[in-house]
Amino acid sequence: MSLLSPQDLQAIWLSAKVACAATLFSAPFGFAAAYLLVFVRLPGKAVLEGLINLPLVLPPVVVGYLLLLLFGQQGGVGPLLDNLGIRVVFTLTGAVIASAVVGFPLLVRALRIGMEGIDHHYLQASRTLGARWWDTLFTIILPLSSPALFAGMTLMFARSLGEFGATIILAGNIPGVTQTIPLAIYDYTNTPGGDRMALSLCLVSIVLSFVVLLASEAANRSFKRRVA
Amino acid sequence: MELKATLSKKFKDFTLEADIAVRADRCGVFGPSGSGKSTLMNLLAGLQRPDHGRIELAGRVLFDAAARIDLPPEERRIGVVFQHSHLFPHLNVRKNLFYGWQRTRASERWLDPESLIQVLDLGHLLTRGVASLSGGERQRVALARTVLSCPRLILMDEPLTGLDEALKYQIIPYLKKVFSEFDIPLLFISHSMQEMRLLTEEVLVFERGRVRESLPAEALARQQLGTGSRGYANLITLRDPRPQGDLWSYRWGGLEFIATDSGNSGDNLFELGAKDITLFKRHPEATSARNLIACRVESLFGEGNRVGVELSCPGGRLVSQIVPDSVRQLELREGTGVTAVIKASALRRLY
Repeated sequence: MSLLSPQDLQAIWLSAKVACAATLFSAPFGFAAAYLLVFVRLPGKAVLEGLINLPLVLPPVVVGYLLLLLFGQQGGVGPLLDNLGIRVVFTLTGAVIASAVVGFPLLVRALRIGMEGIDHHYLQASRTLGARWWDTLFTIILPLSSPALFAGMTLMFARSLGEFGATIILAGNIPGVTQTIPLAIYDYTNTPGGDRMALSLCLVSIVLSFVVLLASEAANRSFKRRVA
Repeated sequence: MELKATLSKKFKDFTLEADIAVRADRCGVFGPSGSGKSTLMNLLAGLQRPDHGRIELAGRVLFDAAARIDLPPEERRIGVVFQHSHLFPHLNVRKNLFYGWQRTRASERWLDPESLIQVLDLGHLLTRGVASLSGGERQRVALARTVLSCPRLILMDEPLTGLDEALKYQIIPYLKKVFSEFDIPLLFISHSMQEMRLLTEEVLVFERGRVRESLPAEALARQQLGTGSRGYANLITLRDPRPQGDLWSYRWGGLEFIATDSGNSGDNLFELGAKDITLFKRHPEATSARNLIACRVESLFGEGNRVGVELSCPGGRLVSQIVPDSVRQLELREGTGVTAVIKASALRRLY
């Protein structure tokens, strides 16, 4: 008898899909948000910063509920997306959105620290050498903050793998559709005799997280070598 | 170069009110730190915005507060060499060099990169990462990077300040060569008198955010004779060293100069402190000093308890610094003949 049931394998596959999609989808927005916070003089920057960081301190269940209100049939965005044929509630898209919102502050935080470490003289040098602001953004700021971008994406990926509270409210816990690893574990713990199955999924979770950490460390070291 | 700028900018504890008109191709901005030199550079390059004023370079308006003109830095075509070279750490030397070149329209590229790389002796560094460069190499790459963006004016903000003396004098010849071979106007910011005299023709003296005066670098150096702690230094070019015992004999015009430092076969620039030149009324028959030069007093200048005596010698001009009492005792006036006595070790080779 194999350690993992087909349903478990599906949960692992769904988890990977959700975490990848949420991370890749958020990366450009996270980069833009960090750029705004670090390099652009904005009125009400503190408010923007607060909004971005809010999901970090709010209980994920609250985030999930607010998202449900927003994307539900009575919400502001739900009917609009419905017209376009996009359903969010109780779908994989919902799981991705929940993960993206919850992980976003981690991504922005890491990027911000990286960008704040960039000497402004590099940007000034680039501008006086004839680069427009977007040219400087892509040829100086992006490469110099790429280790931070990668660190942020890793953090966010790991966070998405473990996302539970917001996901279960917005996307539900439907095996094969929205049931990711944490949700499957939750199911097993509620089933008599499910302990062994829960444990094997826990093992998978640990291994996955560990692999992500190792990959991140290795990549970070190679980035540093390249820049130094 | 024709640079005209009227600028004002208020800071919390400091106000810059500069009104400058520069015609010289190599102009210096001289002043103590905190006098607003770097702010001036930022305002001209478009890195900071003046509160009021107008900037015009070679007939082109770069900034005019009244007409709401404010060209961004990339459109001003003013190159900047920063104090710390600020080479892009993620690009190798070649990519750093050509960063500006690639962003310059083909019609505006008027120099040959290969010849610039040769003049600055960078050929062997092109594939290196910038982190492995020495301080002097970094500044040469930074200069080349700026020159390759084909600017109409180059601003240099204390580019030699972080370097030690020996390195500094290794770089100055490169700078001189670049600015003489590639005809680019230069605004050179520094608080070093020596750098001003070596690299610029005219100097704007900055003091507490204002231009106090504008005068030739040499005149500024003489002005400092009375006030500067280091006094005045003669800069003389000596040629063709020949060994003479354990010393070196150089040619200076028609004269021989004995120095302790060895040099290159071509031109060598030496520094000779004005206070290291002792004047005698008649030729002293025996002295420990190795150089005795018969010369004529050209003029006397200075103030306070120090007098500068400009001497006309067969090889060129020298300035000696003495005290008013000596002037009276030696009865020095224009045309008086004297013997200048200089120790061999007083001559210090710069490059």
